[in-house]
Amino acid sequence: MTVNDRIDKATGDLLKRAVVTRFEIEELVVVPIFAVLIALLLGGLTMVATGVDLPTIGLSYASLLQGSVGSLNAISETLTSAAPLTLAGLGIALGFRAGLFNIGAEGQLLIGGMAAAVVGFSLQGVPLVIHLPLALVAGMAAGALWASIAGWLRAATGAHEVISTIMLNLISFRLVDYLLRNPPIQRPGRSDPISKSILESSELPALLQWLDPNLRIHAGIILTLIVVFVVYWLLFRTTIGFEFRSAGANPDAARYGGMRSGLIIVSVMAVAGALAGLAGANQVLGVLGRASPGFSAGIGFDAIAVALLGRGHPVGVLFAGLLFGALEAGGRNMQVGAGVSIDLITIIQALIVVFIAAPMLVRTLFPFAFAKRGNQREGS
Amino acid sequence: MAVATDQAATAGRADHAQRRQAMIVGWLLLALAAFVALVFGLDSDGNAIFRLSRPNDPLALPNLVVPAAAYSYIVAAVLAFLGVRQLVRGGSRWTSLALGIGFLLVVTAFLAWAAAGKSGFSLTGMLQATLVRAVPIALGGLAGVLSERVAVINIAIEGMLLAGAFTGALMGSLLGGWGGVIAAIGIGGLFGFILAALVVTYRVDQIIAGVVINIFVLGLTSYVSSQVFSEVRALNNAPVFRAIHIPVLSDLPVVGPVFFQQNIFVYGALIMVAVATYYLFYTRTGLRARSVGEHPRAADTLGINVYRTRYINVTLAGMVAGFGGAWFTLGSVGRFDEGMTGGRGFIGLAAMIFGRWHPVGALAAALVFGFADSLQQKLAILRTPIPSEFLAMAPYLATMVLVAGIIGKARPPAADGQPYVKE
Repeated sequence: MTVNDRIDKATGDLLKRAVVTRFEIEELVVVPIFAVLIALLLGGLTMVATGVDLPTIGLSYASLLQGSVGSLNAISETLTSAAPLTLAGLGIALGFRAGLFNIGAEGQLLIGGMAAAVVGFSLQGVPLVIHLPLALVAGMAAGALWASIAGWLRAATGAHEVISTIMLNLISFRLVDYLLRNPPIQRPGRSDPISKSILESSELPALLQWLDPNLRIHAGIILTLIVVFVVYWLLFRTTIGFEFRSAGANPDAARYGGMRSGLIIVSVMAVAGALAGLAGANQVLGVLGRASPGFSAGIGFDAIAVALLGRGHPVGVLFAGLLFGALEAGGRNMQVGAGVSIDLITIIQALIVVFIAAPMLVRTLFPFAFAKRGNQREGS
Repeated sequence: MAVATDQAATAGRADHAQRRQAMIVGWLLLALAAFVALVFGLDSDGNAIFRLSRPNDPLALPNLVVPAAAYSYIVAAVLAFLGVRQLVRGGSRWTSLALGIGFLLVVTAFLAWAAAGKSGFSLTGMLQATLVRAVPIALGGLAGVLSERVAVINIAIEGMLLAGAFTGALMGSLLGGWGGVIAAIGIGGLFGFILAALVVTYRVDQIIAGVVINIFVLGLTSYVSSQVFSEVRALNNAPVFRAIHIPVLSDLPVVGPVFFQQNIFVYGALIMVAVATYYLFYTRTGLRARSVGEHPRAADTLGINVYRTRYINVTLAGMVAGFGGAWFTLGSVGRFDEGMTGGRGFIGLAAMIFGRWHPVGALAAALVFGFADSLQQKLAILRTPIPSEFLAMAPYLATMVLVAGIIGKARPPAADGQPYVKE
């Protein structure tokens, strides 16, 4: 492709972006709705195939809906599950924007959560306004440091970040196990790996406990909204965000433009790690109150899907996080209410992502929902 | 002119990077030398006894007896020599070799230290377990090589392994072992085909497609396992393939038990690696496949069907991974557990990159991981003072260091990850 072609294409893209076309509405609204519907339908077929009878299928989808948005408690559960997914998803999305594939959110989340737990249980007699931010910052810093190892290796030696983050994940599982099994972190009098409980002054305060003590929703969701805004601002309104995006869109052009690619890689990984670490801190300080082996519970891996679903845009990631949080919360209710395994939710999540990632599939399946166009747009 | 200066600048930068790397490796080797001398050398007493044969083997070898302390000092001296040589000469060609030899020596010194003064340590048994545990990683890596050579990034290896493991258990219970293996290969191929369809025909981002397949397979297998297998146990009770002793060869000392008393998965993996190497590098079809990975447009111009090549190779990759997945159930326990592949697919991916996108390289890298795996298992018996968690971390740390060390030589296929749009 020659330079002129590129300029033409870029101009064309800019012009297209100026108006919201029917195509974009279809892409952003209609496709996701149909994706969710097909995914639920195929999930139903899976249940049929495994010998679940029709009334139970109806009951399970009813309890899925009931458990995700059907009551104040359900909404509280949805938001509680959505917060860490969104936070970690933002970090991964940032990596995508800069052309880095960070599989290490799970490990960064564990390390960040551990750091938050340590600060959370060790500072006696400090007021909440100091203790809580300290614990959150500790989580972010630890996650950032852990992730920047992979960034530094990539920048300094060219080691592929996919390998380093996978290895860092595997190392972090064992490191956390070791830390939890030994003083000063292990809870006295216990032989299994578990940390001391965090002090009340470092807890993320529950928001609605005055209404009903069972409502688990905590200040983490507010934190998440703030972080979504900050990441949006960082990515689209600051020079460093511009550098991140340039490095991802065209690394050569970025280097010719005088950007220091090594520094960008390390800082992208650090920010991504900080966000994943914050997700870990959010879990420890808001939900669990202590650290135990595998407290990350796969959030770091689910967050990859959330980042993909949100197409690397902070607001998109927020919505994707909410959707996945709703499915998680509803799925727990479904398991209890209808006796259908929560693993069905994982299948539905995968199907949603694939149909949103392949709009062509949805268009082929439901031609009536979309405007006819003579020529398919080339490319995507 | 501008291009020429730029190339010169790039070359200069590469040179500088290589020299710096040689320095880093040099200091690392010196640090390892000090570590071996101070920790292993000072601490060991007595001899380390390595058993090479079982007492009733036809050609039994005597035990290998190593004076642990003396051996540690020798290793430390060699490491120090290698390190100083790196610092003085900074030979770029020798950097990764020196690092590799260094790690190997440290491992042997560690073994001598760990086994010193104990009743005996079965070296052959550990090597045998190494090969067994390398199988899924090697096959996962091979699946990665096959699909990345045609420029399709395969994150879905983990999912394909898991699908193979699940299907192996299910169909193995219904049809017997061979039925299970064939079904596992088939299901792997199916997911390979789905991956190809998503990325080639529907042009879904390759990483998204792979991640989705992983999540989908994890969800589906866990769902069926908790919904159906927990009720009907007969569906999850497959026969396990026993080791096949190859006549004559299996009686050889050390080599026999390691290579010729294994089950079909080990033999299968070794044969597949050989066949894949031959296919990719010594046949016309393989050359065409690689050209699709390096420069699809040129390949297309020459009349190679890019789409079909990608479909075929990614499907083959899926079949290889499906076979590797069957190892988890039919090759070891005969029963499927949720998420039982435990990230081996990702380690396979690492083995592929580590092995420089070459089947034999991927196998070698897989053996390193397999060795670490079996070592850790055996060391639990020897009770060393180092916490087991740190021993478990060591191979991953070493991988990171090695991957950082082999920069400049590891290069993915040029078109890796890019969709191809026919004009």
